[in-house]
Amino acid sequence: MIAHTSPDAVIAYRGGAPVRVPQFLADVRCVARALDSAQHVLNACTDRYHFTVGFAACLASGRVSLLPSTHTPEVVRRLADFAPDVVCLTDEAGCAIALPRIQYPRGATPDTSDSTVPAIDAEQLAAIVFTSGSTGTPVPHRKSWGRLYACVRAEAELLGLPTDAGCAILATVPPQHMYGFESSVLIALANRHALCAERPFYPADIAAALQALPRPRVLISTPVHLRALLASSVALPPTDLIVSATAPLEQQLAAETEQRFGAELLEIYGATETAEWRLWPGVTLTCEGETTWARGGHIEQPTRMCDVIEPTGPGRFLLHGRVTDLVNIAGKRSSLAYLNHQLNSIPGVQDGAFFHMEEARASHTGVTRLAACVVAPELDAARVLAALRQRIDAAFLPRPLLLVARLPRNSTGKLPQEALRALAAAN
Amino acid sequence: MSDKVTPLRQPAAPANAAALIAEVAGLIVGALNLDVAPGDIDPDQPLYGEGLGLDSIDILEIALVVSKQYGVQLRADSEENERIFGSLRQLVEYVCAHRTK
Repeated sequence: MIAHTSPDAVIAYRGGAPVRVPQFLADVRCVARALDSAQHVLNACTDRYHFTVGFAACLASGRVSLLPSTHTPEVVRRLADFAPDVVCLTDEAGCAIALPRIQYPRGATPDTSDSTVPAIDAEQLAAIVFTSGSTGTPVPHRKSWGRLYACVRAEAELLGLPTDAGCAILATVPPQHMYGFESSVLIALANRHALCAERPFYPADIAAALQALPRPRVLISTPVHLRALLASSVALPPTDLIVSATAPLEQQLAAETEQRFGAELLEIYGATETAEWRLWPGVTLTCEGETTWARGGHIEQPTRMCDVIEPTGPGRFLLHGRVTDLVNIAGKRSSLAYLNHQLNSIPGVQDGAFFHMEEARASHTGVTRLAACVVAPELDAARVLAALRQRIDAAFLPRPLLLVARLPRNSTGKLPQEALRALAAAN
Repeated sequence: MSDKVTPLRQPAAPANAAALIAEVAGLIVGALNLDVAPGDIDPDQPLYGEGLGLDSIDILEIALVVSKQYGVQLRADSEENERIFGSLRQLVEYVCAHRTK
């Protein structure tokens, strides 16, 4: 379950103070007992150490951690349909998730005398990660412990993390996000590193949390948080490695980040939805810019594909979703199809569509929101927004949301993004 | 949200506070490109969630604007943080008490 072999090894830091292996194992046993009869656990702990203990407790007791991309009431309802016995493990008193809740045990002084590290079968189902899909039903991706473990062993090697010394890993992303889960929680467990319990938010918090950690220290972050750090005037402590993922970072910002921290910056590109596909026998793909053509085999004439496709080798390719359909806002991924489905499921909404605004607004964090046009004669914008808030992550809420008499559908019923932008400009 | 809040250090003088509320409202609307006039923001309405509808990315953006404009570095290490962003008025009171420029 963990690569830390010595009882003296540090597995986490809280407020700069080390948490060692015997304490961790005792906390894991304590949480496993608290989980009672549930087999599926939605781990909503905001403290990264609590989250990690919760995940390890599930692993050690044969339970499955569920990791949806967001915790809106609609997603939670779908999760309960998927696994009716699911419970929510939380470390917050005011947790509003509508599932049977299990409070993270605090204050107990667990027995630290037993330092036996549980052995986990590589085939064991450790987690189910959900992506939003396009029809309203979250799409499950099953992750075995062996798969997760191998993935973060490889990641540590790619990042060049030292194998002879434990790094202290600080992350600005939540542990429930796939990137945070792998790059701050699993990478620490599988490679004898230590994770930092805090998730600092403001630039001054990030600098202070880094400063409190021993070196070598690593910062796991995103372009949004790095832009905010660079825009602030706080002094940044020397750091040994900065990792950025969820979206590409501009060259200039990357260079400035390296200079301000005196550290190397590495970027990771990835998406849970990405899976390698095999071509039908005889079919070949050719790419011209963003357009991909399929020909040969059973295809009678060359056909233009509607998806962004990346050939990866003879007869194999990666599918990156429909062109312009993918949405990534501050590292949260969705698709226009999913968001439109949720919008049109609201009682009183007759028609509605999300779209990308054209110009990127100059902001410190570099985040550009979606917009939406909605036909809902009985509702006002505030009511539609309140209903949407129940269904989709706040990052995707449209800004602006325009109520219109009808959508600019063309003769085939399609809605060109261009026509939506023109309608928004006219309003 | 907790109701165990500590009193603010220095309540702003009323006239000053009104001017600063208008100024900070303008900064927020400008920074976030909100579809609302600064004067239409109810100073006692929550900034997060249901109120003005802001999320954590917006809060980060506001924190940067406020630190540039008033030299106030926001920290999240206390319950105070939820209260600071509880409303425009509370944010302004915090800025008043901690501004360095």
